[in-house]
Amino acid sequence: MKHDKIERNIGLMLVLILLAISIGGLVEIVPLFFIKDTVEVVKTADGKEMVRPYTPLEQRGRDIYIREGCYLCHSQMVRPFRDEALRYGHYSLAAESKYDHPFQWGSKRTGPDLARVGGKYSNDWHVKHLKDPRKVVEGSVMPNYPWLMDPLDTSDIAARMKALRTVGVPYSSGEEEYQRNVQTFGEEVAKTLRIEDAEANLKEQAQTGNYDGNKADVTEMDAMVAYLQVLGTMVDFKQFDDDYFATFR
Amino acid sequence: MAQQSSNQTTGHVWDDDLKEYTNPLPRWWLWGFYLTIIFSVVYWLMYPAWPLGSSYTKGVPGVNSVKYVATTKDGQQVEKTTHWSTRAQLMADTNAAEGKQKEWFDKVAATSYDDIAKNPDLMQFVNAAGKTLFSDNCAACHQVGGAGHEAGNPQTNQSGFFAPNLADDYWQWGGTYEEISTTITGGRTGFMPAKGLAGSLTDEQITNVANYVLSLSGEPHNADAAKLGDEIFHNPGEGGCITCHGADGKGVPSMGGLNLTDKIWQWVDVSGQADEAGKVGVLHTAITGGFNHVEAMPKWGTRLKPEQIKLLTVYVHDTLGGGQ
Ligand code: HEC
Ligand code: HEC
Ligand code: HEC
Repeated sequence: MKHDKIERNIGLMLVLILLAISIGGLVEIVPLFFIKDTVEVVKTADGKEMVRPYTPLEQRGRDIYIREGCYLCHSQMVRPFRDEALRYGHYSLAAESKYDHPFQWGSKRTGPDLARVGGKYSNDWHVKHLKDPRKVVEGSVMPNYPWLMDPLDTSDIAARMKALRTVGVPYSSGEEEYQRNVQTFGEEVAKTLRIEDAEANLKEQAQTGNYDGNKADVTEMDAMVAYLQVLGTMVDFKQFDDDYFATFR
Repeated sequence: MAQQSSNQTTGHVWDDDLKEYTNPLPRWWLWGFYLTIIFSVVYWLMYPAWPLGSSYTKGVPGVNSVKYVATTKDGQQVEKTTHWSTRAQLMADTNAAEGKQKEWFDKVAATSYDDIAKNPDLMQFVNAAGKTLFSDNCAACHQVGGAGHEAGNPQTNQSGFFAPNLADDYWQWGGTYEEISTTITGGRTGFMPAKGLAGSLTDEQITNVANYVLSLSGEPHNADAAKLGDEIFHNPGEGGCITCHGADGKGVPSMGGLNLTDKIWQWVDVSGQADEAGKVGVLHTAITGGFNHVEAMPKWGTRLKPEQIKLLTVYVHDTLGGGQ
């Protein structure tokens, strides 16, 4: 009776259980790092990547999104089913969340999926809605977030970008990395990814974009709305055959 | 329990008389286990399964394959057959579902606006499909019935958020089918300069022109001030209001200039003010600040398909009502 030994030795049983479970996990997860098609190739006609890391302002908006726990009610993944396509638009691509750490896919949908909410509403709508959802959408159960009108702390943005850089997001530090980004994303995008200019870029985008309806100050609302308005807008699906992304599966 | 097969026990005794049998697994359980193994083999033959370095097995070709019609970026239709995947399956599902609706959408696309409105069968489709499209995309701002949020409507305006009423017969940007279609496709954002066209109106001049605006719709006003305001309203070098609101104050649709002669107040809460001073006050603030929104009404040309926009145009014009 071999299992006798295992059943009478709790330490050994623990090790063997762990082993059995990790084999299951590893077989499912590890190959995805090596399979070429996992992350789709999404490039413009002139070879630039369409999906880019968030600008400093958008990244701050994302941080606030996580701080406020918006993910508890909102997913960010349109699944490849017909009713989802009808309501939200094109299904989400793996490529679209490749710079998300951590990703916001989720499955809890008390509110609608937000993966493609960018461009759907005006900045003005978002500001009013975030301050008090029931004032614009009757019967909404979403909480009020009036404190988003507080000033945004912009001082630590470079540090935040450095942290993301260490986990592989191509924010550039120094000329060489900047040039590499120019190659990959084009000059306009590359400029927004420079850690050296992070705070200046952040303030400039908040001021020119005027997301919260007040140009004079940079608020958390500027960051949040800038983030919401870019969600799902980076890939221009009209530049691809409508089954192009199916060929990656 | 004890009656099942052998009386073999593990030989271990707890608490004087507690023994553990070593019976074999029940038959049905064992067969269930073998069945899952057989199932997994069938699954490997039908679906993507085993990783192979930089690729993976895609099932046996010809077994469980998916057929669909793809549309290339330049509008060509191509028939394809491929191994099963959720994305390919979605292509096939979409083909099938659009097949059913396609007939109707094709009819909408091929029929003139006026003829759609006269055809009860087509209108039934417009009402049903339009309702879904409208609630998914437009209702967040214009409300489900299209009533919008207007400054002059105390029921809907508690937020300071504005979106026009689409169910009335007043159209800021024009109420013909073509104009509504242009509005939906490209979006609309009204712009009104601060302190008049030249940006140079003084506080007093603004008070005068505010009184003139009130006189246009018969709201209480100061007649002397309104007379001075009349001049400012029509003089391009001063207020220049005629450029967008027209010489008669009825509005120039191509500029989005609102009709100021009706009592419909969309952006400025004139009707909510109890007295003349209050009405002049809110207008004073509006004319001093102007209107400078960012993408007030979003563009839908990139989000929705042309036939969906056509359907929504008819829905707004005829179902919600008030089209011209
Ligand atoms: C308690 C759950 C809950 C939380 C937490 C929550 N929401 Fe919502 N949200 C909803 C519901 C329900 C709706 C749908 C009704 C509405 O539009 O208000 C919604 C709608 C939205 C919409 C409009 C989506 C659309 O397509 O119409 C946006 C944008 C949004 N929420 C953003 C946020 C953000 C940003 C946060 C965090 C600051 C947040 N929500 C937190 C429940 C929630
Ligand atoms: C983010 C809020 C928002 C959403 C969503 C929205 N609209 Fe609008 N819409 C507006 C605003 C604001 C205006 C007025 C623009 C202005 O004059 O500055 C407007 C104007 C219009 C007008 C012109 C009305 C007139 O009097 O001329 C039409 C028609 C219209 N919208 C239809 C639609 C349809 C159809 C949809 C859905 C596909 C839609 N809107 C979605 C905010 C919205
Ligand atoms: C460049 C065009 C333009 C000029 C010039 C202009 N307006 Fe306007 N006006 C608009 C637009 C557009 C709107 C509606 C705002 C919107 O849709 O975003 C508006 C709205 C208004 C409203 C609000 C009406 C309502 O229903 O709430 C008033 C009042 C008004 N204008 C008065 C004036 C006066 C007085 C002047 C001259 C001093 C003037 N406007 C000059 C374009 C203009």
